[in-house]
Amino acid sequence: MSTTAAAQLNNNEEPGLNGSWVELEMNGNTQQPNPSLPSLLGNGNQGEPQASQALEAVQEEEEVLTGGLEHVPSSSSIHNGDMEKILLDAQHESSPSSSSCNSPPRPHSPDQDEGQITFDVEMPSERDCQSDDDSLEKDKEDDILMNKGESWVADWSSRPENIPPKEFHFRHPKRSGSVSLSMRKTGAMKKGGVFSAEFLKVFMPSLLLTHLLALGLGQIGENLIVPGGVKTIDAHGRMLIPGGIDVHTRFQMPDRGMTAADDFYQGTRAALAGGTTMIIDHVVPEPGVSLIAAFNQWREWADHKSCCDYSLHVDITEWHKGMQEELEALVKDHGVNSFLVYLAYKDIFQLNDSQMYEVFSAIRDLGAIAQVHAENGDIIAEEQKRILGLGITGPEGHVLSRPEEVEAEAVNRAVTVANQTNCPLYITKVMSKSAADVIAQARKKGTVVYGEPISASLGTDGTHYWSKNWAKAAAYITSPPLSPDPTTPDYLNSLLACGDLQVTGSAHCTFNTSQRAVGKDNFTLIPEGTNGTEERMSIVWDKCVVTGKMDENQFVAMTSTNAAKIFNLYPRKGRIAVGSDADLVLWDPDATKIISAKSHHLAVEYNIFEGIEVRGAPLVVISQGKIVLEDGNLHTTEGSGRYITRKPFPDYLAELRGVPRGLYDGPVCEVTVTPKVMTPVTSGKTSPVKQAPQPVRNLHQSGFSLSGAQIDDNVPRRTTQRIVAPPGGRANITSLG
Amino acid sequence: MAERKRADRDDDLPVYLARPGTADQVPRQKYGGLFCNVEGAYESKTIDFDALTVGQRSSRSPRATNREELKPSKHETNFTPSHTQRQPEDTVQIKNAFENEPPQNLHKSERLLIKGGRIVNDDQSFYADIYMEDGVIKQIGDNLIVPGGVKTIEANGKMVIPGGIDIHTHLQMPFRGTTTVDDFTQGTKAALAGGTTMIVDHVIPEPGSSLVEAFERWREWADEKACCDYSLHVDITHWNDSVKQEVESLIKEKGVNSFQVYMAFKDLYQMSNSELYEIFTFLGEHGGIAQVHAENGEIIAEEQARMLEMGITGPEGHVLSRPEELEAEAVFRAVTIASQTNCPLYVTRVMSKSAADIISQARKKGNVVFGEPISASLGTDGTHYWSKNWAKAASFVTSPPLSPDPTTPDYLNTLLASGDLSVVGSAHCTFSVAQKAIGKDDFTQIPEGVNGAEERMSIIWDKAVVTGKMDENMFVAVTSTNAAKILNLYPRKGRIAVGSDSDLVIWDTDAVRTITAKTHNSAAEYNVFEGMELRGAPMLVVCQGKIVLEDGNLHASAGTGRFIPCTPFPDFAYKRVKARKQLAILKAVPRGMYDGPVSEFLPMSRGGTPSASARTSPTKVPVRNLHQSGFTLSGPEEAPIRPAGRRIVVPPGGRSNITSLS
Repeated sequence: MSTTAAAQLNNNEEPGLNGSWVELEMNGNTQQPNPSLPSLLGNGNQGEPQASQALEAVQEEEEVLTGGLEHVPSSSSIHNGDMEKILLDAQHESSPSSSSCNSPPRPHSPDQDEGQITFDVEMPSERDCQSDDDSLEKDKEDDILMNKGESWVADWSSRPENIPPKEFHFRHPKRSGSVSLSMRKTGAMKKGGVFSAEFLKVFMPSLLLTHLLALGLGQIGENLIVPGGVKTIDAHGRMLIPGGIDVHTRFQMPDRGMTAADDFYQGTRAALAGGTTMIIDHVVPEPGVSLIAAFNQWREWADHKSCCDYSLHVDITEWHKGMQEELEALVKDHGVNSFLVYLAYKDIFQLNDSQMYEVFSAIRDLGAIAQVHAENGDIIAEEQKRILGLGITGPEGHVLSRPEEVEAEAVNRAVTVANQTNCPLYITKVMSKSAADVIAQARKKGTVVYGEPISASLGTDGTHYWSKNWAKAAAYITSPPLSPDPTTPDYLNSLLACGDLQVTGSAHCTFNTSQRAVGKDNFTLIPEGTNGTEERMSIVWDKCVVTGKMDENQFVAMTSTNAAKIFNLYPRKGRIAVGSDADLVLWDPDATKIISAKSHHLAVEYNIFEGIEVRGAPLVVISQGKIVLEDGNLHTTEGSGRYITRKPFPDYLAELRGVPRGLYDGPVCEVTVTPKVMTPVTSGKTSPVKQAPQPVRNLHQSGFSLSGAQIDDNVPRRTTQRIVAPPGGRANITSLG
Repeated sequence: MAERKRADRDDDLPVYLARPGTADQVPRQKYGGLFCNVEGAYESKTIDFDALTVGQRSSRSPRATNREELKPSKHETNFTPSHTQRQPEDTVQIKNAFENEPPQNLHKSERLLIKGGRIVNDDQSFYADIYMEDGVIKQIGDNLIVPGGVKTIEANGKMVIPGGIDIHTHLQMPFRGTTTVDDFTQGTKAALAGGTTMIVDHVIPEPGSSLVEAFERWREWADEKACCDYSLHVDITHWNDSVKQEVESLIKEKGVNSFQVYMAFKDLYQMSNSELYEIFTFLGEHGGIAQVHAENGEIIAEEQARMLEMGITGPEGHVLSRPEELEAEAVFRAVTIASQTNCPLYVTRVMSKSAADIISQARKKGNVVFGEPISASLGTDGTHYWSKNWAKAASFVTSPPLSPDPTTPDYLNTLLASGDLSVVGSAHCTFSVAQKAIGKDDFTQIPEGVNGAEERMSIIWDKAVVTGKMDENMFVAVTSTNAAKILNLYPRKGRIAVGSDSDLVIWDTDAVRTITAKTHNSAAEYNVFEGMELRGAPMLVVCQGKIVLEDGNLHASAGTGRFIPCTPFPDFAYKRVKARKQLAILKAVPRGMYDGPVSEFLPMSRGGTPSASARTSPTKVPVRNLHQSGFTLSGPEEAPIRPAGRRIVVPPGGRSNITSLS
């Protein structure tokens, strides 16, 4: 039904599209039908209660939609009663013997109305009536495809753009050669116009999907030809955007025996409710615990509970020689390409400058990204002491003891070290204007540095620390603190819009009031963290897009694409393209809602955005090809989240060279042996034991007493030390001039 | 000569427009200010009848020329060959009261009259005579009434400026068993030869030793040898409670108001951030100025190791391992800490554009920060580190290093002229080639320091005034007045005014000289400004009321220099700081008691013992263990993530102060 109109639209749309099409070649084993042979989770629409029921019924990790291969009319799709049965069947089948296609063979469909759009989709016939025996074989092949697919995805981003084709040509010929794919940047975002009149269908091969995760998205285009039994969502012209990626969460984070109130289940549910389909959590190993052990611990937690795809950053909370191997193992074997170091939390997590330098060097060598929690912990410790000394024990002491200058200073320092070590830098939690300014300046100077403002810093400010309500004030405690300057959120949003800051996280780390109350008499004990994973997308939309600071494409970039690029997930994530994961959000730019702790999906009593009215909300959220949010109802499956590995980046080397000079054979002064620069091995400081500082101090003192004795000796000696030209003349010290 | 020309034009004005004793420029009159007596001095004492006579010209030029006719010049000061063609009125003449007195004894004269000079202070320039007695300026004005037997110097309209103050020297500095080649005699002689009449040296106590003892040692050396007045900064090379007491006694009893801390020289002088915080807090409370040597020592140590590993052992390794970013980073950090502690900050040796930028940004944000570029950073650049001549390259080694960017000197001069940088030092610290050769195989061992005390004034004149970046008043401000203000010695030093010390310089704006190690007064074999042609030089230097440089001859005598004690809380910095202290009173939010449920937690923790010295205290190990136990505990707890029992329940008594959600 929609073909004609879509075709027309296709015509209209051509010029706009031309710029952004990328043709990609996929060399894959295409004996099998192209994995992208699609099913379609069509354009979502809120009014599909049956679908949600059906989905609920299939609270399995695989949701399978099968049916006859037909051109599915958009509106009628799920309503047929077969659906539930089919789903159940699929569920059945998927467990014992993976999959089989009971759908009838679908004939090659000719172009229906106009000749200009051609889809050459060759359906493999053997596929269609696969026997159970075949399915095993197919599994294998699928695995192969998956592997291929991964490397292929990795290659993707580096490909140059080709001259765009005029039309949507999806050729999926059955041949062993290469298959060309077409995709465009920011996916369907630009098709706003198209949507407004017509239906966009996103096809998701239901049966295949679960096996072809790496190539989740089947086809994109107008008038797609899809197998039967696909679920179709009518988008009604809403925006379809890649699912958000929350680059910074701390779900289930242990803190002094307590655990963050939102665990991976609760947290990812909230994320999905807000339109975020992937989170990247921070592994915080206690100092002394192996990074890999901690990493495994987090994976275990997340694998059991996470409802959406996730990945993990690993925080480096101490540094000694052996750590480098752990980093290498994490990068090479565990798919971690980002590590966070703390410049704050003195005596706990904090690393000093030398350690930071070494960590950055190691990270650079591994092709990973260095993240920094940027605050000067030394100054904070002093300020905390001072503030407590003044009798200030409430949450306002938190922000008073962590002034924004201290944040900017640490950012500046991290930038300097990153520049020295030639390591890409990522500043987590940009909370203040001055820190953002430092990042913007550094970028102007050419440093590779990324800044991550968080939901809280974009959506609210730090004036609440002075709230008379202790629990409310304490709910805002996070580090670096929210800036008390109420113009900060607007400023950060502007920098985000202009590209000086690149990605948004939530730094979601929530604690109950009773947990916060640990610090009721001492603000330094209040566990830190704010909520934000659920509100993130809406806040950015409301503060940036609605206000005209950025357009919808930038919105996608800031909420997901940039994150995927920075952490090397692109284009698997962060893009709507053939071959990308089926993480999509149907975004309603007009929806408004008032954020409140009463309605949020979190486990905490306070929401720092309480009472803020935001425009823009997800209508339908598709994660891993399944509808998880529809009609305001969440259909999440605990443990369905997969760990997404991230590959490191290739590295580059810069060379420095000395000046070739002859040998100096002139006179040389005698010198006492106290070396001016003692062996600059920093890792010695922390290695096996942390109490190394003590001996260092002693060396100081002994060294000084030695040289102290000599000062007096040498004063009279001075005259004899004047330079005399040696008998042989000065070899290479040329005369003046 | 621009000034002279303007002055001549001024002479053509009707008499009623040309005020007696005033300058060509419109002076910023400060009636009722600290120095209104300067204005009043000549108004009451010198009645220039000629000037008041309508129809006649102002008295200045005629008087000068008359005098020249009457008293032909006795001593013509010819600095360079370029002077020989000068007209007589361009020269300075010294007339002795007793014609037979040999010129060698000139410096013993106690009474001096400088006539016809154009006095240039930091705020205004004007023509007036100066009468000095006992090392103090007694009168300023026209037609002074002076006692007989006075030695008269005819300035002939030349600039008379307050003697320069070199706020940063390292004379006779002990370094690992050797000592810099310029001791206090040699160094102060060089300074005087360059028009600097006061130096401020750095006392560097060995880490662990007593500050006061080191201070006394330096005083001893300087008292014995210095040829000009001096004062001392004390470097804080380690920090503990006893040092704190010493600092206090230095401030209160010894006349030291500025203390330098090092952010570089890891494991030797370097201070941690916490120590910086404590030192700055302490100095802020006691009215001291915190000086910093700003470089990130930790990263430098890493970079040095890397350079050596790569086989770079020559002086170029010095600059490669100390990139200017590290300087800027440290400046930024120091500014942050100083701003936190509300302590005035003084950044010594601003060597790079980026460091200067940070300072100027900080000043724009309102921080009390002073930046000190040095002769070397204003006059030359770091390209010489790549010289094939090892000795030459090594002679440029100083920390922070000279920037290899050749546009740096110009940039720094501009910031100096605009007031973003405040004062110029020399960081004069010279080593002979043999001493530098300690590091012939390892650049990290090269003793650091460059010359500059002698060239300082001329470099600024040549690079900033001649190029039109700054005027003569600004010149005086950056070479002398600002330093005096920072040290709280103003107006005793840094100004020509009645009551000020008679340290002044007759500045020859047109003299040209070529800097070379062959003629300089330093003992070093290399001069970093070798071959540079500089305009502007002192023609005559008066120090402590005595002529010490005249006719190119130095008449300095060792041991004449006096220690000038500095008092704390210099207004230049502390007026603002005091005002801010009153503003910055923090108040807690009054809240009721929290009586809701409280989670259990392991007390190890996060903000735990935030004391600066905690790092080295033995408490570290227990902290670590607690961590570990905390971790294992949370492992099992993880399963019921939100233990129902832990949810907040409204306690029976109701929540006292936790209001419900609004």
